[in-house]
Amino acid sequence: MIRVRDVTHRYDKQVVLDEVGLTLPVGQLTSIVGANGAGKSTLLSVISRLIRPEQGTVFIDDLDVGTAGADAISKRLAVLRQDNRITARLSVIDLVRFGRFPYSKGRLTPEDHVVVEEALDYLDLQLFRDRYLDQLSGGQRQRAYIAMILAQDTDYILLDEPLNNLDMKHASSMMTLLRRAADELGKTIVLVLHDINFASCFSDHIVAMRDGKVVVQGTPAEIMQRETLREVFDMDIHVQDLHGMRLGIFWTTGAPVGPGPVVAAPADASGAELGTVSRA
Amino acid sequence: MTTTTTRPVPAPSRGGVRAVHLWVATGVLLVGSYLSLGIGAASSVGVADLFPPTADEWHILATSRIPRLAAVLLAGASLSVAGLIMQRITANRFVSPSTSGTVEAAVLGILIATMLFSSTSLVVKMLIAIVTAIAGTIVFLQMLQRIQHREGIVVALVGLMYGGVLAAITTFVAYQRDMVQYLDIWTTGSFSGILEGRYEPLYIVLVVGVIGYLFADRFTVIGMGESFATNLGLNYQRILYIGLIVVSVMAAVVVVVVGAIPFLGLIVPNVVTLLLGDNVKKVLPLTALAGAGFVLACDVVGRTAIHPYELPVATIAGGIGGVVFIWLILRSAKGASV
Repeated sequence: MIRVRDVTHRYDKQVVLDEVGLTLPVGQLTSIVGANGAGKSTLLSVISRLIRPEQGTVFIDDLDVGTAGADAISKRLAVLRQDNRITARLSVIDLVRFGRFPYSKGRLTPEDHVVVEEALDYLDLQLFRDRYLDQLSGGQRQRAYIAMILAQDTDYILLDEPLNNLDMKHASSMMTLLRRAADELGKTIVLVLHDINFASCFSDHIVAMRDGKVVVQGTPAEIMQRETLREVFDMDIHVQDLHGMRLGIFWTTGAPVGPGPVVAAPADASGAELGTVSRA
Repeated sequence: MTTTTTRPVPAPSRGGVRAVHLWVATGVLLVGSYLSLGIGAASSVGVADLFPPTADEWHILATSRIPRLAAVLLAGASLSVAGLIMQRITANRFVSPSTSGTVEAAVLGILIATMLFSSTSLVVKMLIAIVTAIAGTIVFLQMLQRIQHREGIVVALVGLMYGGVLAAITTFVAYQRDMVQYLDIWTTGSFSGILEGRYEPLYIVLVVGVIGYLFADRFTVIGMGESFATNLGLNYQRILYIGLIVVSVMAAVVVVVVGAIPFLGLIVPNVVTLLLGDNVKKVLPLTALAGAGFVLACDVVGRTAIHPYELPVATIAGGIGGVVFIWLILRSAKGASV
């Protein structure tokens, strides 16, 4: 169980996390959603000890993240941020093997090799195992990173915007894969997501943030409500139920868009603004 | 992921460094080393005289040619490995001891040592040069952390200018103390002064090189970024500073004994990693062999081009290195993955 207690953090006097308290369930897929600057990524970094908060504590089961060694945490929790600019010409297999570093310190045992092979199988990367990361497409590269995280064999997996730079097809298969990892491997997965519909369709639990605070959390059915989304995103989002999937129609304010054929691009400023939001 | 299905350990990957690379490189280096022992000002000792040498011939070999060969191999290997480690821990291909102020700081240290203690031993000079090299490299790293796009050529520009400033300070101080003529000895690397009894501290680089190899995986990991390293349980700053010390000691020791060899630490690791990837543990041995071989070749050319006189190795390595450096910059400017 991940327990966040009373966490406050500032960048240059700007409060980004404001006394956040949160308990995340085990064995589930949790998505953190919210607008840019809501504090999602900072919260993820604090939980995974990449950022030490000014105030407050985080517990991973019985481990206090603030005082436990980085080494002890690395066998319990794996985190992937989106700021990896790849400058190293590393092969996929080498990258995935580094996932075993917390255990092997670079000297891999036969069991380590087995885990690495399973991770490559799981992400369907055997064909690319000897390719360098810079020779892969964005989707393949993302899978290679996830394979490394799986090889790390931790109970908790935290991913910051794992759908970044992925097209629809790859984004959808990435979410399917993470859902499988939660169901089949019993992983506790926490994601920062921008697209509320991916969050709605694939998560067990959604945490919605705004201005450094957790505004509301609950099941997708609880969060995907017009009033709730207005409170979180400050947007009028029509929610549609489609075969049990709750979808937020955020491309147009208060959809559905009136009668007749598809409307031309709106000329007013609010239309342009919506365009940027849907992209993010 | 802990299911206990038994599966054979996979065969080694096809790409990257293979044992055959290392055997071939070692073989070429051994042959080259052997031939180089037959070259020297004393033309009475040629390759044909090496098996077996007479007492006189052995004297020349033991006092001059073998020490020189050892110095060539150690200097070439250590500056190349230093460059490899530096490029990985900073995640920038254009960083090396001679493009980040490390070498210039070491020269300044030697000058200070020579000024402070009139009859300085090699060891004292070396210790002071190591300290200044570490300090100089720390300053460079501090500047690096303030640069937004750390992977680009801007870093090399900053490093070269910073090295220029340090060199200017050194020249100014040397000028005031009437010591400018000594500077050449350290800034222009040459093996002509290497004799038995005057190069042995260079063996320190072997010890430091082994330490570097033991940390090789950690250097690769921190090269992937701070959050990546922290995730795998590593203390990013600690490994960064261990790498920095390894690199500075290697560079300072070579500068004290041989003098600076420009661009060596830049071009050798770049060529090796372009061909075989950036996994430090895999490419470090080959980088050492390639660096030793490159300097050996430069030294042989320097000794034979205007025989019986010789050109300093720095001149030849600098000429070739400069051209390769420009090629690397043009390559990255065209948008190849740097």
